[in-house]
Amino acid sequence: MPSESSPPDRRALIALSWLWVGAPLAYGLYELVRKATQLFTG
Amino acid sequence: MSSPPVAPPGWSRWLVPPAALSVHLSIGQAYAWSVFKPPLESALHLDGTQSALPFQLAIVMLGLSAAFGGTLVERNGPRWAMTVALVCFSSGFLISALGAQTQQYWLIVLGYGFVGGIGLGIGYISPVSTLMKWFPDRPGMATGIAIMGFGGGALIASPWSAQMLESFGTDHSGIALAFLVHGLAYAVFMTLGVLLVRVPRPDGRTESATGAAGGVQVSARSALRTPQFWCLWVVLCTNVTAGIGILEKAAPMITDFFADSSTPVSVSAAAGFVALLSAANMAGRIGWSSTSDLIGRKNIYRVYLGVGALMYLLLALFGDTSKPLFVLCALVVLSFYGGGFATVPAYLKDLFGTYQVGAIHGRLLTAWSTAGVLGPLIVNWIADRQEAAGKDGPALYGLSFSIMIGLLLVGFVANELIRPVHTRHHVPAPKEAPDAQREQPA
Repeated sequence: MPSESSPPDRRALIALSWLWVGAPLAYGLYELVRKATQLFTG
Repeated sequence: MSSPPVAPPGWSRWLVPPAALSVHLSIGQAYAWSVFKPPLESALHLDGTQSALPFQLAIVMLGLSAAFGGTLVERNGPRWAMTVALVCFSSGFLISALGAQTQQYWLIVLGYGFVGGIGLGIGYISPVSTLMKWFPDRPGMATGIAIMGFGGGALIASPWSAQMLESFGTDHSGIALAFLVHGLAYAVFMTLGVLLVRVPRPDGRTESATGAAGGVQVSARSALRTPQFWCLWVVLCTNVTAGIGILEKAAPMITDFFADSSTPVSVSAAAGFVALLSAANMAGRIGWSSTSDLIGRKNIYRVYLGVGALMYLLLALFGDTSKPLFVLCALVVLSFYGGGFATVPAYLKDLFGTYQVGAIHGRLLTAWSTAGVLGPLIVNWIADRQEAAGKDGPALYGLSFSIMIGLLLVGFVANELIRPVHTRHHVPAPKEAPDAQREQPA
């Protein structure tokens, strides 16, 4: 038996925090790609 | 003074980049200020110079607060710095909302420019030192993620702010409401950073934070006395000047280069080109900075400055002969521009250690402020003079490009002159490191 308790599992917190910053960044990138395609179509 | 939050055992270092990103994605909004310019000009009867004032003051305050606040950031830790950034940046919007509602423009200048600008500077340097302590094996990648966020902030804010103004209206009440929502939303968004950020445990028991202390340690004050700092200052200044030289006039530049061709560039295609440059700028921040972890900082700056000069040469000689070549060269230069920003904290860490790297980084950002003036000045002033002399098309930019090549070569030489810092500048004992001091019993 381990003598110390294992540290808490933080995978949910990691996923949530990356989603927090990733979602708005994905929105910004989507808008960027939409605009950038005008170089080839505009 | 606050005490920096030390990570509990088992705290994952992968929680620190999102903390940094929540701050950098917010303060990166500064580059989307132009969205507010036309509505402000019509609602408050301002000219273009006046409506640019809040942004210009904010950038000046960014440089000043990063330079003078860096030591405080090192002393009080990243949570304190992120809290200051949150309060200043959000308050800046709230004061601006009051200014727009009461039609007192000076309040917008004070709020967004002065108060918000302090938030920009403190926020920009707040996670740098902490990230490098958590990722001693990949400092370039770690700071690349955060500094990429500063570029990404404008990508988010630009369409978001535009949609908000469309919904609320572009009169003074609509602008005030938009400022208010920005202030509140950014306060909530940045809170994640304040809550999540931790400094690694000095005993190395936190995941992968081994090696956070030890090696070269130079204080911010001593760093300013070394030739390495000033060589790096020149390197950053020339690299940023070269990037801004294209970024500043990207749309008119591509239009002028192909004005007489069989397929001239339309207004919407030029806007697409500008957007593509932003993508290259962002990709360069994470891509080149991560590459520097593999090939070394000096080598990556050799690429930025040497290949950058070559790209400018290709633009000057053959830019008007091929649109794909023009676009490719400009994209490469802009990726180097972003890469230069993102790699410099890791270069500082290699030279001066992590002891006060945030403070040293803050002082180095004065090179950015200088380049921010120099780059647009060179390109705009020369283009205007050439136009007055009756030239048009690519001839407007030939001299500017030659100057940029010269500047990049100066930067290249400055990079070659960088050697390891002499031991007389090192902090004598590791016990003086802030983390170690915190762990000593009272």
